Amino acid sequence: MSLQTLRLGYVPLTDAAPLIMAQELGFAAEEGLSLDLIRLQSWAQSRDMLGLGAVDAAHMLVPLPIAQTLGLGPAYPQFDLVMVLSVAGQAIAVSAALAEAMRARGHGFDFTDPLAARAALIGVAGGRLRVGVPFPFSTQAELVRRWLDGTELAAGVSIHTVPPPLMADALAAGEVDAFCVGEPWASYAVETGVGALLLAGRAIWASPPEKGLVLTRAFTETRPEETGRLMRAVWRACRWLDQPDNRGTAAEILSRPDYLNLPPELSERGLLGRLHVSAAGEVRQCPGFIRFHDGAANFPWRSLAALLARRIALQHGLDVAQAMQAATGCFRTDLYRLHLRSAGADLPGASARIEGAMAHATAVASEKGQMILGPDAFFDGETFDPASVTR
Amino acid sequence: MARLSIIVVERDPERALRIVDGLMASGDHAITVISEETGLARRIADQKPDIVLIDVADPSRDVLEELALVSGPMERPVAMFVDRSDEQLTRAAIEAGVSAYVVDGLQPERIKPILDAAIARFHLFHKMRAELAATRAALEERKIIDRAKAILMKARGIDEEAAYALLRKTAMDQKRRVADIAQQLVMAAGLLT
Repeated sequence: MSLQTLRLGYVPLTDAAPLIMAQELGFAAEEGLSLDLIRLQSWAQSRDMLGLGAVDAAHMLVPLPIAQTLGLGPAYPQFDLVMVLSVAGQAIAVSAALAEAMRARGHGFDFTDPLAARAALIGVAGGRLRVGVPFPFSTQAELVRRWLDGTELAAGVSIHTVPPPLMADALAAGEVDAFCVGEPWASYAVETGVGALLLAGRAIWASPPEKGLVLTRAFTETRPEETGRLMRAVWRACRWLDQPDNRGTAAEILSRPDYLNLPPELSERGLLGRLHVSAAGEVRQCPGFIRFHDGAANFPWRSLAALLARRIALQHGLDVAQAMQAATGCFRTDLYRLHLRSAGADLPGASARIEGAMAHATAVASEKGQMILGPDAFFDGETFDPASVTR
Repeated sequence: MARLSIIVVERDPERALRIVDGLMASGDHAITVISEETGLARRIADQKPDIVLIDVADPSRDVLEELALVSGPMERPVAMFVDRSDEQLTRAAIEAGVSAYVVDGLQPERIKPILDAAIARFHLFHKMRAELAATRAALEERKIIDRAKAILMKARGIDEEAAYALLRKTAMDQKRRVADIAQQLVMAAGLLT
């Protein structure tokens, strides 16, 4: 049987694993597809390649298609996010100098307590903190703002875009004091001795959606058959990735020269949830550091689109209600239901929920009876109900 | 008409020089080259350029994306956008490997000659880069095949022509490339000595 080739763009990060495993482990071939995986160097390039039709689908920061939908980017055809590829997996790191000062004041770098980490950081920051994030529209920016907004440090916080492979360099050169980035680039900074890991992204928000599978609407509408096949292949790769025994294998494949081109020892830290927080080799166990499938991780909740759209709208002076409505339209829960039901995906009864409401894993009604969601709480206990937010 | 201020972000000095040459030929502009990524955002913001040109695959592009959004909707002293005035031109530029960030409100007729010049230069680079990579790969394979031939000649006491014929036959039998078979042989020989 001859396979049909689809061109997929990805940025070399641990969370590109679903696309890479879909191809390498034969999930794509099972659906009659061959994935031509094209390594890209920036999120702007990913957006441009998809917008101009140079790739059929792309691994993308979840807030990026939302920003495009709100007109904050080049004039390209409408993007659709058809499924979430990964949840969490971010880490906040601080410079070696800040880490040393925090240790001197008794902070233990437990990697899990957002309030203790924040207090310790404010104590040594001297009223100013420059934080690197991978892109203006990123879950990392959302996490940093949520964590530091409303504190006495907030007025002194500035957020800067730094490409992930250059994060460690920026920290070493003193261009930023801290950063929030996806693996393996946080561990890379630890390994090169320029920083220490302070906090897992999921300590700030238990279920922060990180990357999504994004196609143009022209593609999802005119080529529904291939859209479905691609989604099923990637969804099965996600399910495979969340079986704990497979994570080591995934690290080996990801680390190959064609993909991340880094030692497997580095890429496996995030995948196994065994993070080295300092160059001295202090290890912190962080189960569920990154998720690809469990807890309905792949479902593109419309409420997540609304939450992220509201933040972007407030920052760029757009109408919040309009922005939330426009953004929910590009999170294609309808396509998720249509194309993944046959692959065996359980489907929630609703397509939106109150974000941040689950402090623990919770069973909710689904097509198959019950599915386990969450936890998805924010560290400050806030909840977000898109139906009751107007500004 | 005021001269346009153009920044070219390019690490390779030789490439940068050629881009500048190409741009100068398209008109009288004030051109600055930035060759390192350190402090890129600050340096561009200080200069307030009309146009920034950068390789489409440069990781530092995301820094420019931030600059394009930096100011509020009311005031935009350095606000830049990937040019959205002419879709055809944008597509041609990205395909050639250059992305352009253009200050909001600059007339399309002033942008076009500059982008045309940049596109021509970048086209040339990409062609050269592809040719160079192909040449390197070919040379590398040639070296491996020569080593494999030498190993066969010594081990089996045959001449060069017979050694190559043997490699070729093995490759055909196994439906593999000669270079791949040679690579395996060289590796295996390395293990045995």
